[in-house]
Amino acid sequence: MDLVIARPEGLYCPPGDFYIDPWRPVERAVITHGHGDHARGGSAHYLAAAPGEGILRARLGRDINLQTLAYGESIEHHGVTVSLHPAGHVLGSAQVRLEYRGEVWVASGDYKVEPDGTCEPFEPVRCHTFITESTFGLPIYRWQPQAQIFAGINEWWRQNQQAGRASVLFCYAFGKAQRILHGIDGSIGPILGHGSMEPLHQVYRDAGVYLPETRYAGDVPKGDPLLRQALILAPPSAGGSTWIRRFGDYSDAFASGWMLLRGTRRRRGVDRGFVLSDHADWPGLLWAIEQTGAERVMVTHGSVNILVRHLRELGLDAQAFETEYGEEDDAPAEPAA
Amino acid sequence: MIAFAQLYARLDATTSSNAKLAALQDYLHAAEPADAAWAVYFLAGGRPRQLVPSRQLRELAMQRAGLSAWLFEESYSAVGDLAETIALLLPEATSTSDDGLAVWVEDKLLPLRGLPPDELAMRLDALWAQLDPQSLMVSIKLITGAFRVGVSKLLVTRALASVADVDAKRVAQRLVGYTDLSHRPTAASYQRLIAAESDDEHAQRGGQPYPFFLAHPLQRPLEEFEASLGAPSDWLIEWKWDGIRAQLVKRDGQLWVWSRGEDLISERFPELQELAPLLPDGTVIDGELVVWRHAPEATAQQGELMAHAAEQAPERLNDQVEAQLEQYGIQPFALLQQRIGRKTLSRKLLEEVPVAVLAYDLLEWQGDDWRARPQHARRAQLEQVVAACASPRLMPSPLLHGDSWQALAEQREASRALGVEGMMLKGRESAYGVGRSKDVGVWWKWKIDPLSVDAVLIYAQRGHGRRASLYSDYTFAVWDGAPGDPERRLVPFAKAYSGLTDEEMRKVDAIVRKTTVEKFGPVRSVTPSLVFELGFEGIARSPRHKSGIAVRFPRMLRWRHDKTVEEADTLALLQELLQ
Repeated sequence: MDLVIARPEGLYCPPGDFYIDPWRPVERAVITHGHGDHARGGSAHYLAAAPGEGILRARLGRDINLQTLAYGESIEHHGVTVSLHPAGHVLGSAQVRLEYRGEVWVASGDYKVEPDGTCEPFEPVRCHTFITESTFGLPIYRWQPQAQIFAGINEWWRQNQQAGRASVLFCYAFGKAQRILHGIDGSIGPILGHGSMEPLHQVYRDAGVYLPETRYAGDVPKGDPLLRQALILAPPSAGGSTWIRRFGDYSDAFASGWMLLRGTRRRRGVDRGFVLSDHADWPGLLWAIEQTGAERVMVTHGSVNILVRHLRELGLDAQAFETEYGEEDDAPAEPAA
Repeated sequence: MIAFAQLYARLDATTSSNAKLAALQDYLHAAEPADAAWAVYFLAGGRPRQLVPSRQLRELAMQRAGLSAWLFEESYSAVGDLAETIALLLPEATSTSDDGLAVWVEDKLLPLRGLPPDELAMRLDALWAQLDPQSLMVSIKLITGAFRVGVSKLLVTRALASVADVDAKRVAQRLVGYTDLSHRPTAASYQRLIAAESDDEHAQRGGQPYPFFLAHPLQRPLEEFEASLGAPSDWLIEWKWDGIRAQLVKRDGQLWVWSRGEDLISERFPELQELAPLLPDGTVIDGELVVWRHAPEATAQQGELMAHAAEQAPERLNDQVEAQLEQYGIQPFALLQQRIGRKTLSRKLLEEVPVAVLAYDLLEWQGDDWRARPQHARRAQLEQVVAACASPRLMPSPLLHGDSWQALAEQREASRALGVEGMMLKGRESAYGVGRSKDVGVWWKWKIDPLSVDAVLIYAQRGHGRRASLYSDYTFAVWDGAPGDPERRLVPFAKAYSGLTDEEMRKVDAIVRKTTVEKFGPVRSVTPSLVFELGFEGIARSPRHKSGIAVRFPRMLRWRHDKTVEEADTLALLQELLQ
């Protein structure tokens, strides 16, 4: 029996009568993580991993009806045993393990296999059927070790300081921004953040993740010489805004897995692209799938058809799952990543 | 190689000319002359012929990466650049090579050409294993001849000029012909580029042409002409020919013909060698290669005319050539293109499609550089030189006259019938500049409006480079029947990929994704819903196209949000334009 099927409201577990990351309001929703395409408001009951509580409440509302589980802790609902396991994507991200009459399914949401220090590292969970994302499901996507990327960011920041320019680094406010803060050398200079990021930084700090001191960029007056030494983290939407003009002469960069491609870098129109993703690269996807021991793989958002075809060639029973996560198979390469 | 790849990355990472200039200067200061020689060659647009067929490169890359063909093609489709795709897919290098660009190009890459497949596979494997991804990509671009980075020749010239501390115009002069296929860059040839000024600079130039002076488009309403340009009498006005811009260089008893791309094209136009004995040494003429309609008859008549040219007043010759134009007209560029494409030129082709030069400028006379002299003085001397030649292969590009801009605009209406693209305005007192410079005078091209039709987007393909993964290349169709005809269908007739803003392109991309009917590899067919006004420069019959016609330089002029698919134009309209 299939423990998860695709319904118009989202991925649905028939024996348990609940949804996983539904995109429409439902009675019961298990949430893998707090990104907007996975955690949506309006459902009556939420279940999520305990470390993700702060984020979910910050995003969906303080008063949502939310029950949390520690990683590995399980509960039973209509005979389905549900437990949550680290996905290594962002703080509180989880894979959902479902067990019913000896059959085990794992819905992994979004995941990354390289540990980054800002969230529990990805943990392979043995199962019969594995539901995987495929955001970077092409063999061209192979990440460099993150230490190299952070060294590159540090170097760029220092060079800008020497030239007396501010360093504006665009990145997504939840997950990527904190991972960058955690990874870079905070002693190089002052770090400023966009208003939308500060509350999220605080959630990470409260969870015990080390982040260097940051200041709200709005508190620094225009023309302050401090700006020429500073690293400024900003969401992509701030690009070209009046907010950004306060930094005067600046160099800009974008941190995302999509920056691997020259075309995307150039289309972004930033000075530098840092290839830093919260998703698994191609070898990471294949490794994770193999580790689960699953014979059946359901592929969601990303390069669905490509990964399905490749897994079938490897002898697995692979199928596509239609979802409204992330973007479509060959989307214009600029979703949150 | 690493240093050159880093230069590439620096140039590629910025859109600022100053940052690019700084990157070039840093590289040139640090590089060995032999490496710099090749770097300048590639950056200034030099392309050796493709060293390894793309198909072979792909197959080798698939083997090395252990990928099936479809997965490789999917990757390529996402990346939009073959060299980059291969660089991203190959296993990481096991060693590094400190060899410079010159060693890489001369000893490792150029010898790949023509190797048998087995040998090639072995060599490429060994080469690929020593390059980091960045260098790998650049080296593959050199192999495929697709090396391109956003640097203008002018910028390379400026960088060299600052490194050499020599005037940029002088460097531009020395760079001419540097990227020609027949030239192989060496440390010595690089040293010559950056050498201090010497007295015998002039004597060393051999068959080298001058950098071409290029025109700027004139896009302003007719009413403003008088105020911004002054009276027509301040300008030398000619037709804008639809041919090949070329310089005839006659020195040391030889005649060289150079195209605007600074390619030596003498061999492609052997009939022009007739001019070699007729032009004195130390003469350089700028003009347009054209093909007259009714060639044999026209050539005979023009032979007559030119035989007596020297006895006539220049105005008379001018009028006679203008009369020739009205009588015969110029063949469309497409015909000339056929000639360029041919490897061997048959006698028949030479008879049916003979080229002639319409001369419009004199850059060198009696061995002296005339470029700083005023346009009218160069023109006067040019007319004498051309008349003295007495050959139908070389005629003056006639000057046009009008009392007012209005009168000229009316005259310009005849452009299409004559097979020209509009008019050229050249300042009477203007010197002959370099490239698109405007500091010593200016040339304006006053082109006629393009032909246009409203066409329907029916296929879309993802673009390359900056537009990789965006559906930016479109196929357009018109109806093959009148409105109301239930049987009528959309017939594809042109592809276009320019003219939209980035914003519009993103919107079209989104619509393409939503309205996709079928995917054929990188191409999608869509439910027809988008209408664009498509502009093009010329139209000709073409049995090779389904629609029976081929258009030249098609591009999107605007998105017709106001039109439905049913309101798009018909094939019958295009056929009318053929007349």
